[in-house]
Amino acid sequence: MNFEVIVENLPKLLDGALLTVELVVFSSLAGLALAFPLALARCSPRPWLRAGPWAYIFFFRGTPLLVQLFLVYYGLSQFEAVRASIFWPILRDAWWCALITMALHTAAYIAEILRGAIQAVPRGEIEAAHSLGMGVWQAQRRIVLPRAVRIALPAYSNEVILMLKGSALASTITLLELTGTARTVIARTYMPIEIFLAAGVLYLLISFALVQVFRLLERRLGTYAC
Amino acid sequence: MNLHGFGDQLLAGTLLTLQLAFASLGVGLALGMAGALAKTSRNAAARWAGSTYTTVVRGVPELLVVLLVYFGASQVLTMLAELVGIDAYVEIDAFTAGTIALGLTFGAYATEVLRGALQTVPHGHVEAAQALGMGSGRIFIRIVMPQAWRVALPGLGNLFLVLLKDTALISVIGLEELMRKSAIAVSHTKEPFTFYMAAALIYLGLTVAAMTGLALLEKRAARGFARRTA
Repeated sequence: MNFEVIVENLPKLLDGALLTVELVVFSSLAGLALAFPLALARCSPRPWLRAGPWAYIFFFRGTPLLVQLFLVYYGLSQFEAVRASIFWPILRDAWWCALITMALHTAAYIAEILRGAIQAVPRGEIEAAHSLGMGVWQAQRRIVLPRAVRIALPAYSNEVILMLKGSALASTITLLELTGTARTVIARTYMPIEIFLAAGVLYLLISFALVQVFRLLERRLGTYAC
Repeated sequence: MNLHGFGDQLLAGTLLTLQLAFASLGVGLALGMAGALAKTSRNAAARWAGSTYTTVVRGVPELLVVLLVYFGASQVLTMLAELVGIDAYVEIDAFTAGTIALGLTFGAYATEVLRGALQTVPHGHVEAAQALGMGSGRIFIRIVMPQAWRVALPGLGNLFLVLLKDTALISVIGLEELMRKSAIAVSHTKEPFTFYMAAALIYLGLTVAAMTGLALLEKRAARGFARRTA
């Protein structure tokens, strides 16, 4: 083991780690925002409203993240209409493509978590809300969703950790996040074991930090109190 | 969907993807079982090794494990070759590296699934088997495993679905499985959307097939148990 090469390249790896954290935080939040309408539609009693989210979730959970990433980054450029559109500066950029794909991907998983949580809210509480005169939407907003969010939180934290690991795939579309940086450093130093292990330790540290954040959040929201 | 004659290439890639998935499943199940036994062992060192394995592998991206195994193994093997006096650059092929890497990942998660399943088998059953004079190996195969298997199957099935999709990562180290074949087709035809969508649909088909197979397995493993009425 050559520790010198690790110390020498640590600033670069930390830069990469910062980009990784950025990708994970933004995509997890965007995914969460997307997941709410998906989950609500998925729980709808109307079949035509359930069909869209069902297909979306089926596709994004049934195919590898790598394929999705390539579809967005390389695939969309096949269409002249996309290249001519005002979105092209965004869809041409690897950072945006990674962020968009990760958000779409994680949204499918989070939507299923939320659906499970919404359906786990005791029926009696919803009936109680209705008997107090709350309408469907008011009951959703005040009773069902706050409860569901608390139920879903532990599973959501798992999903964020999975996204942390998934973010390594962004290196395949030229993005220099932690794994990508490690690969470029190795291309110069020929020290794969040292650099990959250092990157691995940084990933572990990030995931421990994320776990701590969620532990605090769970305590604050009183997940175990209800 | 016009595949420009690359259909048989995609099919060949799909077959390699399946081979890779099943080979990794074998390695992963063995590692998972070893991990579960280590974690429930009375030996403190074995418990420590088991939990280090699961914590580290589950906290690090699969892609990093793949790259580490592929590039790291050749570094280690080259050093070993130097030690015995052979001056050569040793490489392991992408399939072997992929199988080891995916097996390691699967095994780390399977450890937890199997550990939980093993603990559901009542200790009385083991004692009864001992009273009948069975050895510990036979007890494990005849009494413990058939019962733990039923409990572990849904969890292992989910892990297999994840594994199936993770095989795409091995394209990064050059194995010509489905994803790599698609990339090759793209470089010839300049139609990335067509071929990556074709690959996505094939993965979707594999997932559905695997889910169907798993449902059958679960039904079989649960024979002799009363159906739960929800």
